[in-house]
Amino acid sequence: MAAHQEDVEALVAEREYEAGFVTDLESDTIAPGLNEDVIRFISGKKDEPEWMLEWRLEAYRQWKQMKSPKWPHLHYAPIDYQKISYFSAPKSSAGKPKSLDEVDPKLLETYAKLGIPLHEQEMLAGVEGASYPRSNNVAVDAVFDSVSVATTFKGKLKDAGVIFCSISEAIQEHPELVKKYLGSVVPRGDNFFAGLNAAVFTDGSFVYIPKGVRCPMELSTYFRINAENTGQFERTLIIAEAGSHVSYLEGCTAPQRDENQLHAAVVELVAEDDAEIKYSTVQNWYPGDENGKGGIFNFVTKRGDCRGARSKISWTQVETGSAITWKYPSCILTGDDSVGEFYSVAVTRGMQQADTGTKMIHIGRNSKSTIIAKGISAARGEQAYRGLVKILPSAANARNFTQCDSLLIGDKCGAHTFPYVESRNSTAKLEHEATTSKIGEDQMFYCLQRGLTEEDAVSLIVNGFCKDVFKELPMEFAVEAQKLLDVTLENAVG
Amino acid sequence: MLSIKNLHAEVDGKPILRGINLDIPAGEIHAIMGPNGSGKSTLASVLAGREEYEVTQGSVTYKNHKLLELDPNERACEGVFLGFQYPVEIPGVSNLYLLRAAINARRKYHGEPEIAAIDFMKLVQEKIDYVGMSMDMVKRGVNEDFSGGEKKRNEIFQMLMLEPTLALLDETDSGLDIDALKVVADGINRLRSPERSTVLVTHYKRLLEYVVPDRVHVLYKGQIVRSGGPELADTLEAEGYANLETDETAATS
Repeated sequence: MAAHQEDVEALVAEREYEAGFVTDLESDTIAPGLNEDVIRFISGKKDEPEWMLEWRLEAYRQWKQMKSPKWPHLHYAPIDYQKISYFSAPKSSAGKPKSLDEVDPKLLETYAKLGIPLHEQEMLAGVEGASYPRSNNVAVDAVFDSVSVATTFKGKLKDAGVIFCSISEAIQEHPELVKKYLGSVVPRGDNFFAGLNAAVFTDGSFVYIPKGVRCPMELSTYFRINAENTGQFERTLIIAEAGSHVSYLEGCTAPQRDENQLHAAVVELVAEDDAEIKYSTVQNWYPGDENGKGGIFNFVTKRGDCRGARSKISWTQVETGSAITWKYPSCILTGDDSVGEFYSVAVTRGMQQADTGTKMIHIGRNSKSTIIAKGISAARGEQAYRGLVKILPSAANARNFTQCDSLLIGDKCGAHTFPYVESRNSTAKLEHEATTSKIGEDQMFYCLQRGLTEEDAVSLIVNGFCKDVFKELPMEFAVEAQKLLDVTLENAVG
Repeated sequence: MLSIKNLHAEVDGKPILRGINLDIPAGEIHAIMGPNGSGKSTLASVLAGREEYEVTQGSVTYKNHKLLELDPNERACEGVFLGFQYPVEIPGVSNLYLLRAAINARRKYHGEPEIAAIDFMKLVQEKIDYVGMSMDMVKRGVNEDFSGGEKKRNEIFQMLMLEPTLALLDETDSGLDIDALKVVADGINRLRSPERSTVLVTHYKRLLEYVVPDRVHVLYKGQIVRSGGPELADTLEAEGYANLETDETAATS
């Protein structure tokens, strides 16, 4: 019995991190350290207007007064913010390329290797060996270290009235929209990491869907950290005007390095009346090796505001990477009859740690939220689900359904659940279900007896466990997520 | 087909099988009967390769293989099927998904290409009718929310789909109503052929009224204490297992 359990553990103990390569190119990286001059430098590099610089500096002043949170169920050595470089860009990207022909071939090669086609023709044809959603209906914004290197299908989107560009470009081209919405969902002083991001954010995506428009294609951003000792601080802002609809995907990878690297992003979503935003993430940052050396520290603030009546925001995340994940994609259900959803699969193996979950803040009448969180822990992985459901007095007839399931593989890993509920309206109805299970001997033997290999058996059982979440992902992403999970839990012995 | 010689096995240091000798020729159905705790289910599990049972002595030859040296999934791919006494649930994995994975695992093992979706579905359509299951049922999660009887039908459905050369059915008849029992019996009879063998592990004679075995063996305290034709089941039914104590003394003296 014990012997068998060890086999299962061995199955998930090691795996190859396929995206762990480094692109060798000349980059423009500033010396480590953080002060107002560094912020002026970043702002200057991006040719930002004065108001943007002021916004950053104010954020920095607030951040200096803040302390990093101590409450997460995470253990790591304190981060020295003066040892991080806050800006790195491929030299060739200076004076942003106008077309793909001007993009450094090494960059294009990097994305091709990751399976993200940046040539629109190639996307239409489908690229051989691509490990990223292959579809002729996905527009991509590619962010490399601190800059966006290319955005595809801008023309087609513009015809539909959709703005899809890097946030740097939006600050130049659409300052009125950025001014109106930036920081309106996640204020600068919201939390330690959001404050840091507001001061030093470098790039990210900007999406604006005008009134009544259904975005004609999936939008996606692919984040790649390449440079050493740099942090990535991206900022994404998505605005869906009344009656509009958009589905947005993001993916992330980083090279395999012995040092920890910091990634502190902020994502803000705004949905007006009857608008719908579906936001899907497949996070595969380098997780570090099995002894916990290296890996990305992923401290992310993601929040959506269902501002309008009957608006809907849906977060779906598959978190397999990062040494540390601290992330709570949340919904503020301001509008009456608004809907918030959170579907999550998080995997921790090796020495990975995750403290993740969501917040659903019910303000509007009849607002509804659904939380389905699936945690898988293997080896010495540690995982906490942390969720808040808050019903304000105004939220008559609010509804919440929460389901948290944990699957343990082996006996050295851990799963913890911290559900917080605050209800201040007696007409609200809340349901909470939680389970913790182990991959059973009986389930494994049943599959083996039917002829499946141990690897296939683990994959089948785990995929079954995650099904409720995977079915929320766009089709191409669901297939990729399933494959990623298989690789994550793959046996190196094979 | 199957030849078991002096098989000893224990779990957590406690001996359960204490020298089993048994030969099952191709084309035959053998019933293994005996009181609770005699080692019937252990025998089926050991043959299928369940790891918590440790084989301490003896050998098992299956076709041309030393069965005990094969991994459980290799045994399955070589045609050994275990019908479980308590089939597990695997939430979120449909019965069809598991079955297709099982069929393809066999095909891969034998160097054959995967089954085409359309051929697979044809096969499913044909076999579900035999066991009285609906398409809706087999699309549901493996044994998820199935009643006891439905789980057993599902085991027989899987057996019919996988067409094993050696089927080990561990108390597949227990807890079944008469309709389900007939379905199970019908499934076993359908697979009866000169190149297949079946071992029925059962506590009661009831199933043997529908599936007439070639041989009946009585297992008691980890040994086969009596063997005979189908009529032995009738004797046991009439006399119970009470007289086995004396048999055992006779067998060992």
